[in-house]
Amino acid sequence: MNMETIISIKPLLAILVSLLVVPILVLSGKRPNVREACTFLAAGVKFLIILSMVPVILNGTQIVYTIAEVIPGVAIKLRVDAFGMLFALVSSSLWIVTSAYSIGYMRGLKEHSQTRYFCFFALALSATIGVAFSANLLTLYLFYEMLSFATYPLVTHHQDHEARSSGRKYLLYIVGTSIGFVLPAMLISYSLAGTLDFSSQGFLAGTGSKPLIGLLCFMFLFGFAKAAIMPFHSWLPAAMVAPTPVSALLHAVAVVKVGVFCVARVLTGVFGTDLLFSLNLNVPIIYIASFTIMAGSLIALSQDNLKRLLAFSTIAQLSYIVLGIALLSPKGMTGGMLHIAMHAFGKITLFFCAGAIFVATGKKNISEMIGIGRRMPVTIAAFFIGSLSIIGMPPCGGFISKWYLVLGTLEAHQMPILFVLLTSSLLNAAYFMPFVYKAFFCRPEDSMFENKVQEAPAFCVVPLVITATISVILLFYPQPFLRLARMMVQSITGV
Amino acid sequence: MNEQYPALLVVVPLLSALVVSIAGWVNKRLCFPVAVAALGMAAWSAVGLLLRVLDEGVIVYKLGGWSPPMGIAYYIDYLNGLVLPVVSIVALLNLIANKKGIEQQFPDKIGPFYTLYLLMVTGLLGIVVTGDAFNLYVLLEIAALTGYGLLAMGEERAPLATLNYLYMGTIGACFYLLGVGYLYIVTGSLNMVDIARLLPPLYQSNTVLAAFIICMVGVWLKMAFFPLHAWLPNAYTYANSAASSLIAPLVTKVMVYVMIRLMLTIFTTEFVFTTLALSDAVVWLAVIAIVMGAVLALAERNLKKMLTYIVVAEVGYMVGGAWLGNRDGMTGAILHIVNDALMTLCVFMVVGNIVYKVKGYAFEDLKGLFRKMPFTMGALVVGAMSIIGVPPTCGFFSKWYLIVGAISSGHYCFMAALIFSSLVSVVLFFRVFEICFYEPFSNHHGHDNHPGGMDEAPVSMVVPLLVVAVILILVGLYTGDIVNHVIQFAIPEAMV
Repeated sequence: MNMETIISIKPLLAILVSLLVVPILVLSGKRPNVREACTFLAAGVKFLIILSMVPVILNGTQIVYTIAEVIPGVAIKLRVDAFGMLFALVSSSLWIVTSAYSIGYMRGLKEHSQTRYFCFFALALSATIGVAFSANLLTLYLFYEMLSFATYPLVTHHQDHEARSSGRKYLLYIVGTSIGFVLPAMLISYSLAGTLDFSSQGFLAGTGSKPLIGLLCFMFLFGFAKAAIMPFHSWLPAAMVAPTPVSALLHAVAVVKVGVFCVARVLTGVFGTDLLFSLNLNVPIIYIASFTIMAGSLIALSQDNLKRLLAFSTIAQLSYIVLGIALLSPKGMTGGMLHIAMHAFGKITLFFCAGAIFVATGKKNISEMIGIGRRMPVTIAAFFIGSLSIIGMPPCGGFISKWYLVLGTLEAHQMPILFVLLTSSLLNAAYFMPFVYKAFFCRPEDSMFENKVQEAPAFCVVPLVITATISVILLFYPQPFLRLARMMVQSITGV
Repeated sequence: MNEQYPALLVVVPLLSALVVSIAGWVNKRLCFPVAVAALGMAAWSAVGLLLRVLDEGVIVYKLGGWSPPMGIAYYIDYLNGLVLPVVSIVALLNLIANKKGIEQQFPDKIGPFYTLYLLMVTGLLGIVVTGDAFNLYVLLEIAALTGYGLLAMGEERAPLATLNYLYMGTIGACFYLLGVGYLYIVTGSLNMVDIARLLPPLYQSNTVLAAFIICMVGVWLKMAFFPLHAWLPNAYTYANSAASSLIAPLVTKVMVYVMIRLMLTIFTTEFVFTTLALSDAVVWLAVIAIVMGAVLALAERNLKKMLTYIVVAEVGYMVGGAWLGNRDGMTGAILHIVNDALMTLCVFMVVGNIVYKVKGYAFEDLKGLFRKMPFTMGALVVGAMSIIGVPPTCGFFSKWYLIVGAISSGHYCFMAALIFSSLVSVVLFFRVFEICFYEPFSNHHGHDNHPGGMDEAPVSMVVPLLVVAVILILVGLYTGDIVNHVIQFAIPEAMV
């Protein structure tokens, strides 16, 4: 399907805004209020630039911009399409909210090196938008690596022994797989096809032998370890040593979604649905994703540390997205893409709540939080809404994406997977609801908190109320995300 | 004047070396401006030459008006047209950056140091610009002898390490001379183009075969191609930082240039890849060089020595790429001469700054450096990214061509070695970053645990370093232009 394209520098500007603000952040390091104002300004401008491209994209036009022609047939090139726009909208809007939350959290805990923190956060967002707007595999790889290295100082922010060992794990998994698997796979693809530009039915069809294509497929699938597909998932729980806003935006939205975004992009834009279907490559992916969903949910059941629980829940939810794409049916793919948005708003709310509880009480473990709902009712109410969204129950947006995924399994005639989805929803309820129950319903004498414990600072609470509200609104008004996902699926499958 | 660029390139640094040595007696402060002016002139001529080559094609310059094959001719084509600016700019930036370092280390030897420095650069530029195989040997010795002098000015162990280099380097140069002698015996000419014209009927001759192999071994010895690398790490590590950050980026790369010149101009790709059929064996040697360089670097607990082993591994990249026998591999090797010179310069200049401030380069000396020297460490991060091969730094793109070359010639072991070396580089550099970032650990959990503010090297050292770091990224982004407009024409069309 031929798309109309227009050339515009806007996508590059959207990436550069947060890159160019970094020197300003460094210079204003001594005046935190100015520095945070700059962060907000950059986040706002970035969001507006991206927003201004939405009508164009919804019209069915694509925006392209070539930065540099580096290798014959491969340029560093940006292209905005519906899927990239969906992801960019989610991450750039949530950056604004997270910036507010960061202020409350970092100042509430009197963290050190806050300037460094805000600088690398801005860098990470540049890379995220870069991935969303990549027109080919090389550009995607460029921003993917940039994101890996930009988030390292955020994950290891505390600079203690624990941070160092988690940082090692983070690098080992993320950079190890991207250099070890993605880089050679990309070069082999280039040697086979002579191009790396994503297209609606991929560029690998008819180039290599069947085993080679299969090998490439799994090198990409596991190479993008940010998607946390088992067995390359254990960096994510380890990365929870990071300050909570980092876990919230990066390890529930930006970084991990970049992983699944890359997997989805490669499956659709490099291999193409027809090739995957004809080689039956989607079936093993479906089963690997299903395994990750079940195993992640089961492990989450046994976690006491709230952030680790959320991490394992994220691992399971990320595989929903991969599963949706691998179903290769229009409804399933729509559900998978939509889940990027729906899960983002729900999960970031949950992380915000975990952070707010930590700021207010210093507690990290669920077993120490009995009765917390009486002292922090707003936070726990938001947590309840967020968890409903993850479980996939109305009145939250998560319901829609799960609905599409369920329809997708039927459409693809994968009945066993339907049960995986349903069981996983039950498991989600099983690990979230006891916490909510214990937080609200316990006898006054069992409550572990004194009367003086109260809600976290407004900078922490307002963002989580906002994201929880959006989670609810998304059920009733899932646009433009649903429309973007449908447009993308239409351009791939023609349906 | 621009007709005379090829001569100016060599004559200006040569004569100014004399001027500097006299100026050193009169007033030490005169040495630096004279040296900078001379190398600035050389860099200007080199860039001018490259632009002229882009414009007009190959330039032939007859030294003193004597025609070849009797006289010495300088040939500037796309290959050395590309390498000349790199050599001169690297030398110039390093000279500017090390002004304070030289004053700190040798307050009473400033004149002699700059003299040797200029002579060394004269030698290196001469090797690259000359079109005469024997003249190349003479300039090789000029570069080598001054290099020994520069490297020996260093720590306590520097003279011994340099003596070792002197033995090995002299053997290497002798091998090269011997090979050239054989060629002279069979062809009666020393002019490269002339030899190339006379050789083809003699390709089956054992003398030619011996000449090629002896030359090649000599050049490999001079470029520290594993297992002929043993002289390099100590010689570079114990030398003073101004010398090591001149010699580490340039000498090995210039020798790779000589190797490629031998393969492409004096001999032809037909002889090297078809008649000889040695390519598989050399690529395997390169694989071993890369792997051993990486592993030996892992064993070091000392930043500078670790970097010297990375240099050994990088030599493996270039030799392997050149011997893959296809266009992509050769493109990667030539591109890597440029990129590796720049990134090695970057990381060695970082060591220079660290030594200037901390007076050491062992891992224990690096604690807390991200706080103390943020700009220097920022440059190290960029240099490290380039060595690891992260886009858009230049190191990624030469690795790209090398790997594509490896795939299309079926040398998957070479591709695996490059990937392995990238992964090891991640470990190597993040081990350093960890020490600079986390240590010294504090007792309190994460709150303001690193007392003490910035203690950065002087501006005159930091600015050239940052310039190099920016160049690393710019060269990466302009890879397409470099390959399409220069390197493409440096490789004979017969090579596919």
